[in-house]
Amino acid sequence: MTLEGKVALITGSTRGIGWATAQAFAKEGCTVLLNGQASPQSVDDRAAEIRDRFGVPCRGFCYNVSNTSAVKSCFSTIFKEFRRLDVLVNNAGIMEDSLLGMIPEAMMRKSLEVNVLGPLLHLQEAARLMGRNRAGSIVNLSSIIGDKGKAGQVLYSSTKAAMLGMTRSAAKELAPKGIRVNAVTPGLIQTDLLKDLPEHKLTEALSAIGMGRAGEPADVARVVLFLASDASSYVTGQVLGVDGGMTI
Amino acid sequence: MTTGLDRLKNAFVEALGISPNAAFDDLEYARTPGWDSVAHMKLIAEIESAFDIMLDTDDVIDMSSFPIARKIVAKYGVSLD
Repeated sequence: MTLEGKVALITGSTRGIGWATAQAFAKEGCTVLLNGQASPQSVDDRAAEIRDRFGVPCRGFCYNVSNTSAVKSCFSTIFKEFRRLDVLVNNAGIMEDSLLGMIPEAMMRKSLEVNVLGPLLHLQEAARLMGRNRAGSIVNLSSIIGDKGKAGQVLYSSTKAAMLGMTRSAAKELAPKGIRVNAVTPGLIQTDLLKDLPEHKLTEALSAIGMGRAGEPADVARVVLFLASDASSYVTGQVLGVDGGMTI
Repeated sequence: MTTGLDRLKNAFVEALGISPNAAFDDLEYARTPGWDSVAHMKLIAEIESAFDIMLDTDDVIDMSSFPIARKIVAKYGVSLD
């Protein structure tokens, strides 16, 4: 599943699933463009790590994915420096848990901005850049929660369900331009999003997984790699679960 | 010699399927037959390719006539002479 000669932007790629995806792409010869928002230094350090370990070009962009001018600036730079974009992975996201009656409006707006507006802005810009070459692959990281729902996660599931609609509609609109759009719905994955999960909740979640374990970021990254590569050249508008047989 | 203005006109001809002899200054989005939203995105792609630029989304939305297209393209440092 080579990505030799291709240029990929992965949002939220300094840790977790995004970081695993960046490494999987770099291993396949891809020019990797990282994004994170913690600090320019942390993003640059990760980019240097990719260059050193895999010997591929890698550049970091430090910005919040819902900052419109920052997103435009990022794509403008990609156009100037690389003249192309072959793959976009909309991975950056936040998970705010709260019972329906206790979700503050500010939390709603923040989640919608990061998990919906951000991916939409990137989708819009990427589609135009990819359209120039009449080829490209966009992979949206949704969640099993966005597909199946879960008590206490009305807000998170709303944003992740939005990504599924975004994926299916964009796939239909962009197919004539040779651009594929697919989504991945990870189940319980060992990332920072899980670090605050109470022990009893984790045990309960694990008991609902057929394979009896939480997934690793690399488990998801391999599926993203498949959807990004030409191995899935006739696949678009699909939602692929990576959940070890999880039922919720 | 082909000028920048010629290339802009050609982008409209290719995207909208109009005659090279059309009254370009009269072309308007949604009023000129064939210039619908689908053709508009094709037009944007033609213009971007012709001048090797990437238009801002706000400019994509604002490009509602040929005269406005001239002004927008000029903003990107393109000479239309």
